[in-house]
Amino acid sequence: MQTIEAVLAEHPFFRDLEPQWVELVAGCGRIVHFRPGEDVFREGEPADRFYVLRHGSVAVQIYGPATGGVTIETAHDGDVLGWSWLFPPYRWTFDARAVIDTSAIALDGTCLRGKCDADPAFGYAMMKRFAEIMQRRLLATRLRLLDVYSHGVPR
Amino acid sequence: MASLAELPRAAAAAAPAAGPLVPRVVRVERVHRETRDTVTLALRLPPGDPALEYRPGQFDMLGPLGTGEVPISVSGGAPAAGTVEHTVRDVGGVTRLLCGLRPGDELLLRGPYGTAWDAEDGVGGDVVLVAGGIGLAPLRPALLQVLAARDRYRNVVLLYGTRTPRDLLFSRELDRLRRRRDVVLEHTADYAEAGWRGRVGVVTDLVGRAPFDPGTTLALVCGPEVMMRLTATALVDRGVPASRVRVSLERAMLCGVGLCGHCQLGPLFVCTDGPVVSWDTAAPLLVIRER
Ligand SMILES: Cc1cc2nc3c(=O)[nH]c(=O)nc-3n(C[C@H](O)[C@H](O)[C@H](O)COP(=O)(O)OP(=O)(O)OC[C@H]3O[C@@H](n4cnc5c(N)ncnc54)[C@H](O)[C@@H]3O)c2cc1C
Ligand code: FES
Repeated sequence: MQTIEAVLAEHPFFRDLEPQWVELVAGCGRIVHFRPGEDVFREGEPADRFYVLRHGSVAVQIYGPATGGVTIETAHDGDVLGWSWLFPPYRWTFDARAVIDTSAIALDGTCLRGKCDADPAFGYAMMKRFAEIMQRRLLATRLRLLDVYSHGVPR
Repeated sequence: MASLAELPRAAAAAAPAAGPLVPRVVRVERVHRETRDTVTLALRLPPGDPALEYRPGQFDMLGPLGTGEVPISVSGGAPAAGTVEHTVRDVGGVTRLLCGLRPGDELLLRGPYGTAWDAEDGVGGDVVLVAGGIGLAPLRPALLQVLAARDRYRNVVLLYGTRTPRDLLFSRELDRLRRRRDVVLEHTADYAEAGWRGRVGVVTDLVGRAPFDPGTTLALVCGPEVMMRLTATALVDRGVPASRVRVSLERAMLCGVGLCGHCQLGPLFVCTDGPVVSWDTAAPLLVIRER
């Protein structure tokens, strides 16, 4: 079986991260599995971790009285799920539920935040990776706001 | 004297093998409802009709009798058996009438017009098709062309984005494609209800991890303009040369044959220089703000 460190070293999110930092991250990780339909996290609960997905699919959802359950996005092999652990009040803002059998590495947020504070170069490298994900998600959200598939031909 | 609506019928009778400039009266053979607002019309054409000789990516001008005409891409058909297909989304006056046609109804058709995908330029390498919404329709003939000569290409990848899971076109065909081992098909919906088990997110996000070698890839992209811009940029960022990324431009058209200038985009007439153009040509034009 692969060690957590080896899994992280191969994961796209940690690609090109200094090996000693991968080791540092691995120290905060544990392997987890979710069955189809099982909650990964729930809105309002303390966000004390994030997930590095190895295999599977997780739906990020929100519930509203008018809309019912809506899936906002899905995360898949090679994705990272959750950044609420990074910023106060460290609480999940959405629900996340496994769609199929899913295996992941859960990384302890408090443990990682401590290491980021202790070594600012490591903290910056981590922050850059999360900023890139956030930028991609923001772009995707803007694109969906445009609702491009209902627009007309330029006249 | 023949009325205006009857003139094309008279022309068709006088010249059964009319050139592509002459509108012909054709008959709807079959109608297949794809989604709540989109149908595929199979049209029966007389033997020798030039529209049967279409190249994937080209379009015809279609007009319900007594109304205007709109450009609609050929989405497939069986030219050897005398039919071509067009997949039409109801967005306004003319497309609504087209979507309401029934088997046996007549309409006007002229074409085929415009440039083609020329998927054969990808032989020996990977082919990546990226479709958004109704954009799968113009890409379908190119996909079928590639699949008909599957062993001449390396990876064949179809990335398809729709607004919701219910907006999927050609769903039975896509199910069959999904079962093939020699095709990678990824579909994503912008929005979905909680029970949906597929992918949710934008189609441009699929480009980053799709299995293709940028150096040997020919990419064909069709969808709303913003989607095409972001997809083409993502493909180029991954290393596909801009000259190997092709997009299908959309501009409102009148004549369809380079006479009226209605479809002008910078130095291009989309109807004759397009609709399919490479990204190195399209990119500088699509970022020009029209006032
Ligand atoms: C080369 C080319 C190929 C095309 N291929 C296809 C095809 O295969 N299938 C297809 O369905 N369409 C296709 N189109 C688009 C199609 O030509 C237009 O949807 C059509 O001209 C609209 O005419 P209308 O009379 O129905 O709408 P109009 O009455 O002219 O417009 C009504 C309203 O709908 C809006 N509108 C117009 N077009 C669109 C659109 N595409 N999407 C959303 N809203 C729109 C207008 O802005 C307006 O507000 C193609 C266009 C081009 C240039
Ligand atoms: S539509 Fe007339 S020139 Fe293109």
